[in-house]
Amino acid sequence: MNLIKRILGIVWIGLGIGAGIYLIYFQAAPLWAKGGNDLVPAIIYTFVLAPLISIGMSLFGFYSLQGEFDNI
Amino acid sequence: MTTKKQSLAYIISASSVGTLIEWYDFYIFGSLATVLSTKFFPTDNPTAAFLNTLATFAAGFVVRPFGALVFGRLGDLIGRKYTFMVTLMLMGGATFAIGLIPSYATIGAWAPIIVLTLRLLQGLALGGEYGGAATYVAEHAPAERRGFFTSWIQTTATLGLVISLAVIMATRASLSKEAFDDYGWRIPFLVSILMVLVSLLIRKNMEESPMFAQAKAEGNISKNPLKESFGNKLNLKYVLLALFGATMGQGLVWYTGQFYAQTFLLKICNLDDIQTNMILVIGLLLGTPLFVIFGALSDKIGRKGIMMAGMIIAVFSYRPIFDQMYKTVDVTNKTVVPGSEKMTLKGKTTTITKEYTDGSSYKNVITEVSPDKTESKISIKINEKDQWTLVGYVFFLISFVTMAYGPIAAFLVEMFPTKIRYTSMSLPYHIGNGVFGGLMPAIATFLVSNAQTAGVVQKPYLEGLNYPIALISVCVVIGIIYIKSAKKAA
Repeated sequence: MNLIKRILGIVWIGLGIGAGIYLIYFQAAPLWAKGGNDLVPAIIYTFVLAPLISIGMSLFGFYSLQGEFDNI
Repeated sequence: MTTKKQSLAYIISASSVGTLIEWYDFYIFGSLATVLSTKFFPTDNPTAAFLNTLATFAAGFVVRPFGALVFGRLGDLIGRKYTFMVTLMLMGGATFAIGLIPSYATIGAWAPIIVLTLRLLQGLALGGEYGGAATYVAEHAPAERRGFFTSWIQTTATLGLVISLAVIMATRASLSKEAFDDYGWRIPFLVSILMVLVSLLIRKNMEESPMFAQAKAEGNISKNPLKESFGNKLNLKYVLLALFGATMGQGLVWYTGQFYAQTFLLKICNLDDIQTNMILVIGLLLGTPLFVIFGALSDKIGRKGIMMAGMIIAVFSYRPIFDQMYKTVDVTNKTVVPGSEKMTLKGKTTTITKEYTDGSSYKNVITEVSPDKTESKISIKINEKDQWTLVGYVFFLISFVTMAYGPIAAFLVEMFPTKIRYTSMSLPYHIGNGVFGGLMPAIATFLVSNAQTAGVVQKPYLEGLNYPIALISVCVVIGIIYIKSAKKAA
């Protein structure tokens, strides 16, 4: 199980980075261009969800890869 | 753990009533969003309309983790009791003040700014309240029954919504439509202060948590809870695990079942608002006892299994359930009663009505807002049998909520040590519930709207579910692999 956790650490880092890119470039960017009320979801994607998921998931994955979650 | 005179029943009641009132205060804003927008956020002012969207859908939720940090820190420094009395006063004061603000017509741009500020204060207060109440009850409860006792706190969020809907419905019923629109909408905000005062009096007599009191007497309280919680890898990894392995999925299950179900029926199915609220209130009340049942069960078989089961069932059943909900309301395949279709013109408003053979009715009010723009408001009423069918679906959704949410307070409390518990458990809880969960209805509605415009997928009304399904699935994988099954006593 510990090996699986460590391997999955790479997956979580990739997922975090990928989700951040997806949210900023494919979801938020068109909304920033539209403006108006679409700025609210644009702000949420760019400044709330993207950093939270990318930084949080990557850090979680990094700890996992380091073996911090072994035997817990 | 209850070593003093106060019984555990009193402790749970006093804590739960305050938390319930805070949820009530938080929800009436959302439930009265339509009225508030006409009073404070005129659509002909783009900035005000933007602030309206921000205040209604995002601000109160996004700020919750900050409340968790501010009040969690206080709770770990000065104690649980005083901190959650402060959050109660803050919430009560902000809610009461919303009921007093003059409209946009009277004070202009200050109105939306003040409303947004008060909504932020509500979010901050809620961010501090829940962790305090959950920690306080858990620290009084015997370890082997912690799931059962903290599950009463878990019922407050659902009951707070029920009471907010009931107070609004009662106020609407006792006043004319004009009187409600004129001043009646302020009543649910103003009565909050009475409930808050009663709750403060009850809480005033409560004693400090025995675990915290003991830690304080031994000089074992944290000097810097934020640093110890999040600046220390040994604890931070548990915060991340709590977030991505539990509260993210739990928050999404909760908001999808309890709030998106309402948004879905109202805005996507176009079901009549009174019928929607009735269906929701009945479904919520039927489902509420399950919080306590699953909380108690988690003491016997562990928290993880129940929470993960709730999330897994949710992932696989959301699309079929929401699809059936849509089809139950949808009138496109129903038969119109011959001669029932009517169209009336009054000024710039055209009203189209239809009756269906199964007892459903359809009303579309089309208003010309400018020479090249019309607004359409569709409202569908369904027959009693279909209404009960929808109550059944809502009950199913709530049952998943109770599985994921019932044991979560005990689960989080057991994950962190007493001296940084309030801070450490509040942050993942409010990111999971306030940010991932709280923003869910707005994001999902936005995804549905985009899918309907694009017209590519066969069932655009289900596209909003992709967001919770994807994130809950990730949470389930992390939860199953990384979280230990056995309870970890503090």
